[in-house]
Amino acid sequence: MPVEVVIKTLFILIVVVGAFAPVITWVERKQSAVMQDRIGANRADIAGIRLIGLFHPIADVLKLLSKEDVVPQGANRVMHLIAPMIAALPAVIAYAVIPFGGVYQFGELTLSLVVANPDWGLLYIFAIGSIATYGTIIAGWSSNNNWSLLGGLRASAQMISYEVTMGLSVVGVFMVFHTLKLPDMAIAQDSTFRVLGFLDSLFGISTPAWFDWIRLPSWGIFFQPLGFLIFLTAVMAENKRPPFDMPEGESEIIAGFHLEYSGMRFGLFYLSEFIEVVVIAGLIATIFLGGWSVPYLPQETLIGAITPVFGIGFATGVCLVLHVITFFAKVIAMIWFQMAIRWTLPRFRYDQVMDLCWKILLPLSIVNIFATGLIILLFEG
Amino acid sequence: MSASVMLFYAFSIMAVISALGMILNVRNTVAAAMSLVVTMVALAGIYVLLGAHLIAVIQIIVYAGAIVVLFLFVVMLLNLRSDEFAPSRQRWLKIFATALGVVVLAQLLRLLEGSLPVTPPLPEGYGGYRQLGIALYTDYILVVEMVALLLLAAIVGALILAKRKID
Repeated sequence: MPVEVVIKTLFILIVVVGAFAPVITWVERKQSAVMQDRIGANRADIAGIRLIGLFHPIADVLKLLSKEDVVPQGANRVMHLIAPMIAALPAVIAYAVIPFGGVYQFGELTLSLVVANPDWGLLYIFAIGSIATYGTIIAGWSSNNNWSLLGGLRASAQMISYEVTMGLSVVGVFMVFHTLKLPDMAIAQDSTFRVLGFLDSLFGISTPAWFDWIRLPSWGIFFQPLGFLIFLTAVMAENKRPPFDMPEGESEIIAGFHLEYSGMRFGLFYLSEFIEVVVIAGLIATIFLGGWSVPYLPQETLIGAITPVFGIGFATGVCLVLHVITFFAKVIAMIWFQMAIRWTLPRFRYDQVMDLCWKILLPLSIVNIFATGLIILLFEG
Repeated sequence: MSASVMLFYAFSIMAVISALGMILNVRNTVAAAMSLVVTMVALAGIYVLLGAHLIAVIQIIVYAGAIVVLFLFVVMLLNLRSDEFAPSRQRWLKIFATALGVVVLAQLLRLLEGSLPVTPPLPEGYGGYRQLGIALYTDYILVVEMVALLLLAAIVGALILAKRKID
């Protein structure tokens, strides 16, 4: 059992921290270049091979590692040192409860592709996310710079506000799927539902048989469209990337909380932001987009179709590979979506960010909880 | 020593050291607040060992993640210098605090004398959100409603106080 956990942890770390995060630092630059009709990062080369600029992450890390690590005068040295670690750690360990595949039975061996599966899975993410706030605040405070302090203050207010909304926006999902475990949510979404099913079950209208063929995958986004929008906005605000980059605010407070950071410690802030993008993508994919499930192709159907030809072991293996690929395809799609938002929308003003949270999203998420409860009562009661 | 006992001692030592760090860091309020965070996290670890998983997560989300952030927010907003934290001159407060400390310590030592009662094994799902939710919304619904009312009154009070300053 411990060996299995170690392998899964290493897999997730290598994929998310080792592959996804560095590559999306390049994707961000390249995507913005494409959207703004520029060429973008393409200069880094190894022996003349440029590979459309994919060596840039390596060049970045080498540059950051070789830079001088400056601690400003009057700064609190210890706090200044540990702040980037506090910021990066939650981002790295958050993936522990996000499943990147389902549960597979290889003879005696049951393989569940999630590192940890506690009863309170999603709450773990919220707990970890709430700790991440400290990295930003402490970085802003310990730098002994007024701009940094302002950035830290903005970060604390913004992240606390959006945490409330983020938590409330997924309560509807808990109610629909009857669970807090992310793997169970993904399993629940590995099926389809009749889109017009409410006609006969709610209003007693007899529908023609072909209506049963109008089906959608039972993904969270179809049951909780409002919850999806609120959650997406709230997590993007938690990540402090544009259009919600108030704590950094280049044009107002220079670079906010990480203004006084240089070298690899700045790199840690930078990297943790991108790891968070991957975590957010994985979270949204799992809660709202069916996780690892292939739409219209549930696990039993898939295994049932391949087993007669190649045997159960091979069928399960194919299923596993297909599910992992599907999950990361959804993650990549969500990363692309976040990047597109980042380069499309102008940023908010600080008071607009706060108004959006407390006056629009928070009431909407409470309304969403009540509406979901009412609909579940009508359908099941 | 089993793993859970070892973890218990690790979390306990962490909690005690960080709690001391909070008290002794009089001159650096931010460091004191961060020590408080570590205390909260260590307590959450002890809650997990006791089987109270939900309380542990709530402890981190609410106390470590939200309330101490608000403390920090206020501390940083006021931006107090260390010389504004002169040791308290109120002698009676010191005497009272010392007496209270001695009483609590005596109680703890008294507890350590006798052997702890053997508890029956925990029922299935103990400390989970389902059990807690069912208990809160059936047996203790009156208490929950009273707390909700209290919180509502506090919110309205805070709004009135804040509004008076704006007007």
